[in-house]
Amino acid sequence: MITMGIDIGAKNIKVVILKDNKIISKSNVLAGFEVEKSAQEAINKALKDAGIKKEDLDKVISTGTGEKLAPFYNETKSVVGCDSLGAVFLHPAARSVIDVGAEEGRGMRCDETGRVLDFEVNEKCAAGAGAFTEAMSRALEVPLEEFGPLSLKATEEIPMNAQCTVFAESEVVTMVHNKVSKANMARAVHDAMASRISSMIRKIGFDKDVVLIGGVAKNVGFIDSLNKDLGLKVVVPKDPEYVGALGAALAAAGWKGGK
Amino acid sequence: MPDKPEFWRWTESRWTNPDIDWKGKVITAGVDVGSVSSQAVILANGKLYAYSNMRTGSDSPDSAMKAINWAMEKTGLKLNDIAYTVGTGYGRVNVPFSQRAITEIACHARGGNFMYGPSVRTILDMGGQDCKAIHCDERGKVTNFLMNDKCAAGTGRGMEVFADLLGVSINDVGDLSFDIDTEPQPVSSTCVVYAKTEATGLLREGWPKNKVLAAYCSAMAHRIMTLLERIGIEEDFAITGGIAKNKGVVKRLEKEVGIKIMETSKYDPQIAGAIGGALFAKALYDKGKRK
Repeated sequence: MITMGIDIGAKNIKVVILKDNKIISKSNVLAGFEVEKSAQEAINKALKDAGIKKEDLDKVISTGTGEKLAPFYNETKSVVGCDSLGAVFLHPAARSVIDVGAEEGRGMRCDETGRVLDFEVNEKCAAGAGAFTEAMSRALEVPLEEFGPLSLKATEEIPMNAQCTVFAESEVVTMVHNKVSKANMARAVHDAMASRISSMIRKIGFDKDVVLIGGVAKNVGFIDSLNKDLGLKVVVPKDPEYVGALGAALAAAGWKGGK
Repeated sequence: MPDKPEFWRWTESRWTNPDIDWKGKVITAGVDVGSVSSQAVILANGKLYAYSNMRTGSDSPDSAMKAINWAMEKTGLKLNDIAYTVGTGYGRVNVPFSQRAITEIACHARGGNFMYGPSVRTILDMGGQDCKAIHCDERGKVTNFLMNDKCAAGTGRGMEVFADLLGVSINDVGDLSFDIDTEPQPVSSTCVVYAKTEATGLLREGWPKNKVLAAYCSAMAHRIMTLLERIGIEEDFAITGGIAKNKGVVKRLEKEVGIKIMETSKYDPQIAGAIGGALFAKALYDKGKRK
């Protein structure tokens, strides 16, 4: 059985193709302003890499903020549903999942079949999403890829007062004036963001097996701050940004836990 | 940085009352150090004598000093001539020459009462980094208030970001936002960061700048409305702070609340907090004399 999961996020479109519950190809394309076109591009790429045609797909499920913008699909499924399914598939012990994307943050609890028991979403405010670290790395003139590793070199914990991304931009300018090192500022930024995410996840509670996914899960600075805040070590699967699309493909295959 | 025009930069101002000679009178001052702007107001025997309104720098004591010096410019006044100074605003404890710090909520109610008269019951202070809805009595005493200081949506800073994004001087935003064919739907994102992305998308769709400005002004009015709904509006209703100068937001808010908003009087609406501070300073000075 061959299935496809499409995850149309605010910034990136991810596609995963599964054959008998094994990933045979995946692709990631910037959404840009012409989302439909980018989605088609991502799908074509994944099909080509898998060496198959659209007709070979048994079922396609679309998810994400822009799920309806996919050029074709059989069904749509909620992001939290796909996230949980994907996380449990990769890490069977996972009962709590945190997904931090470019413009949204989500926390969920699920059972061993990947069924969502409870969830919390922030899609209104940039402070708990990738947009926050992006804005801060821009304000500090540090490339985004270096921003996380830089945070690990911090020597001091400096609290950030601002919650709002716009206000935080001014606050880091003040920090620059006060000669705070960039590493310490990066740490302050990641701590602030981790605190937003942890207060969201605390609302629904969490277990010891917490899986962190989404594009921001590639940021080691954020992972470190989140671990400190939650007092545990979150599990980050390989390619964490694909977990939503993987979950969609699993749902299309009717996967319900186990192997 | 290349010298990119600073569209957000609003006009700083100062004013001296030509009909008053301060000599021999009791001079009191209020200094409001906000997160974005700072004002100094000087009263002579309780009458408005001079004021300044300028951008806050990175250092609060320094900004307070600059504001009071600018207000005193060419008046012959010196710091020593001021009998009592009250500091207010976000940086109120950082006004080095003040005798007392009083919250901006109390000062805005008192200043609003002075500027708009005793009939004002609801004062909406739309500042640079926060927004407060204040209820007060006929003497300008606070009876209730609500504020948002966590989020840039609905604050002056949010408007500055938009002025910069669209390359329109912040002073012109209001007028331009009415130079449109039909009133658009408000920008749907609450967060300023997301609203920027949304606006970029609208521009790409071919929306003229003015229409995008209209959509943002109306989103801001809507956002403020939700704050006002939580506390309720008692007439008369007045607005203070920098956004009070932005007709694009004020007129749309007026339409939404269905209540006439009091016209900004002859004073700069940004100085309400500092006026309140200076009035408190006068009262505190008088009280000290009586003892």
